[in-house]
Amino acid sequence: MITLLYFAWVREQIGTDAETLALPAGITTVANLLDWLASQSPGHAAALADRSRIRVAVDQTFARGETPITGAAEIAIFPPVTGG
Amino acid sequence: MISAHLQAEPFDLAAEQAALVGSHTDLGAVVSFTGLVRADDGLIALTLEHYPAMTLAQMQAIAADAAARWPGVLGRIIHRHGRLLPGAPIVFVLTASPHRADAFAAAEYLMDWLKTKAPFWKREEWADGSTRWVEAKASDDTAKDRWTA
Repeated sequence: MITLLYFAWVREQIGTDAETLALPAGITTVANLLDWLASQSPGHAAALADRSRIRVAVDQTFARGETPITGAAEIAIFPPVTGG
Repeated sequence: MISAHLQAEPFDLAAEQAALVGSHTDLGAVVSFTGLVRADDGLIALTLEHYPAMTLAQMQAIAADAAARWPGVLGRIIHRHGRLLPGAPIVFVLTASPHRADAFAAAEYLMDWLKTKAPFWKREEWADGSTRWVEAKASDDTAKDRWTA
């Protein structure tokens, strides 16, 4: 099982701030995860429609599309950051 | 040593500077930057969301990078979260060093990296009741990238 966390408008479009899921076999990278997740509901599809506006952290470390997720406990999906 | 603090409460510039400088007598320069909520055309509040498990650790990593780059610099960075009204302080960077060049440079570095690598998101509230998530600016990434060019 893996915990997915959503922030800002990604959270609002998906409609929840977290979910715990069992990933199907073959989902081994961040890019695989986003592709699969986008097929899970219209909200997920809308939130993830433009991948250039999506950032991901795997176990609290910024990741890229090719970053492996095998063994990860927590993956956060969010827009580009706007603090400061 | 540059310390990082994440908090809902406001901060007191004079108290932060006194705490940083303490009994050091080798410091000749103190630089501070405070970011405020700007009341753009009818903005009534800004809410800063963050990623509790990651944000402080990321701020500490940015602080450690700056401390490694400018070993003689002491500093504190503070970032607030929650709902803030126009004029309220959001972010604070304080640096001190024997000479001013390092304190200025480290303060700019810390702000550039906080803006682009600390997981915070700003949501604006407007007088007509609408809300809007702030979009990231390419110019912030450009400012950050000058340190690694």
